[in-house]
Amino acid sequence: MQENVKPSNKTGEAKRRARFIRVFFGRKAVVVCLAILIAILIAAIIAPYICLYKPNKQDLSSALLSFSAKHLLGTDSMGRDVLTRIIYGARISYSVGFVAVLFSGIIGMFLGAVAGIVGGVADSVIMRIMDAMLSIPMIIMALFLGSIFGKGLFNVIMAVGISMIPSYARVTRGQVLTLNGLDYVTAGTICGAGKLQNAISHIIPNCLSPVIILMTMNLGTAILNEAALSYLGMGINPPTASWGGMVSDGYSYLSMNPIIAIAPGVAILIVVLCFNIVGDALRDALDPKLRGALK
Amino acid sequence: MILRRLGQSIVVLFLVTLIVFLLMQLVPGDPILNYLGPTATKEQIQYYTQLYGYNQPVIVQYFKWIAGLFHGQMGHSVTYNIEVSNVIFSRLGTTLMIVIPAFVIAVIFGILFGIIAALNRGNAIDTTISVIANAGMAMPLFWIGIIAILFFGLVLRILPVQGYVSPSEGIGNWLRHLVMPVGILALGPIAQFARQTRSSMLEVVRQDYVRTAEAKGVDRSVIIVRHELRNALIPIITVMGVQLGSMIGGTVLIESIFNIDGLGNLMITAIKSKDYMVVENGVFLIACAVAVCNLLVDILYGVIDPRIRSAR
Repeated sequence: MQENVKPSNKTGEAKRRARFIRVFFGRKAVVVCLAILIAILIAAIIAPYICLYKPNKQDLSSALLSFSAKHLLGTDSMGRDVLTRIIYGARISYSVGFVAVLFSGIIGMFLGAVAGIVGGVADSVIMRIMDAMLSIPMIIMALFLGSIFGKGLFNVIMAVGISMIPSYARVTRGQVLTLNGLDYVTAGTICGAGKLQNAISHIIPNCLSPVIILMTMNLGTAILNEAALSYLGMGINPPTASWGGMVSDGYSYLSMNPIIAIAPGVAILIVVLCFNIVGDALRDALDPKLRGALK
Repeated sequence: MILRRLGQSIVVLFLVTLIVFLLMQLVPGDPILNYLGPTATKEQIQYYTQLYGYNQPVIVQYFKWIAGLFHGQMGHSVTYNIEVSNVIFSRLGTTLMIVIPAFVIAVIFGILFGIIAALNRGNAIDTTISVIANAGMAMPLFWIGIIAILFFGLVLRILPVQGYVSPSEGIGNWLRHLVMPVGILALGPIAQFARQTRSSMLEVVRQDYVRTAEAKGVDRSVIIVRHELRNALIPIITVMGVQLGSMIGGTVLIESIFNIDGLGNLMITAIKSKDYMVVENGVFLIACAVAVCNLLVDILYGVIDPRIRSAR
């Protein structure tokens, strides 16, 4: 009889993985969104090979053209192909989205973990600074940081990333405080583990889940913030194609060729919507509170 | 508990003044050079730098500003050449005329759509509202503003594409200028409130006390208002507090698109021209508004949920 009993973590792990795959990939909308995001990413990477035109090549004789077989989404005021610039603009959006979110997630998680684990004065100081940063609306904070760092891809990533740090710090600190009260952490302390060892072995690995969920859900916010900065002229340097900058350029020619302003906005909408739907699905798949309800 | 939160808010506001002051010092450029232009002489630059106190040590400048705040003095705007309080408060009314109606509309319609979606869970109405809400949250504010200008302003020609007029110049004209900015600003928050209300109501609907009330034969509308909505309100109020702060940031984009002379547009101009006093006081005022909202949210928690009230 005992030969049939197989108590092993591997069975539990495999079950959790199977449940995650079932919940995450169970919805058609999530699969479609993932496919769209991957397709746009691939298009952005192989853009030089699939685009008929160069993104910054001006041709004033072909300025402000409407849809045609030659230019599927028309041309802008400098005669540049709009579809080409939208595909190249995806590089900026994806770069800013992923890097800014990763940067803010790591720094925010570190600050939140220190605040929750060390506690005391460190906790008060860190969290009051985070509260102060959260009191300044994100777009104004990003505008400030954009002015300090200047235009350019790296600077936009820094501006957008820094403005998102407080939300990760808050979530991580909240998670650390919850975990500190759990039995296995107390058991670790009783067995002689110090604060640092408990943090590394038990607390930080269990903080990763909510942080990853927040990072996925914040990808859309990061892309929207970069677009807003570029729209206000504090983002990516022209003539580099960025979706927000294209909408800003198109505003002046709204009555002549509205597609210049509309098309990049549709691109932003599709990408941010897909990231939001994937983020929601990831939360449903990873959030323990919802696991039972989803069966 | 409220006093403790008030104390924390004051500490946070003090930190905001430090952060915004330090950030302004880091923004490249010279406010006096921006003001006087490239033809300014050395003597002119020196004179104005001394006049506005920009030659003093940074710490002295900071404490002078804080001391001035306690006396209601916000300093002098280099860009506009008048007192900062005049610059800010002349534009504050315009921004409030956009933010407050947008917030009220967002709360009413957001919660309403959320309740409708929750009550029709799984069917076409729920799916439609959820899809529109998701799309609403993903739309860039400046882009939807431009689409509205194109459709209502240029194609249909029923609304003005830019500007703002005060109510004294005619209520009809005032309202016509407000429709698009207020409507666009409210869209994102309506989507957020609808989603949060739907999610909270669905959690509450599964609770035992709702099942008990249904078993007792209590009228459906009474169950929705007294049991479901009231218990679902706590996370919705949290979202309200967050959204109000976000809407204040959103006015920056709205005022830029519709060319409205409000606080948001002032912040963009002042940051670009490095007008220290306008930026520092403007951001401080915005942070005060956000802090007051957070405090009101905390008070509302106690009003709605007796368990939080008694725990205090």
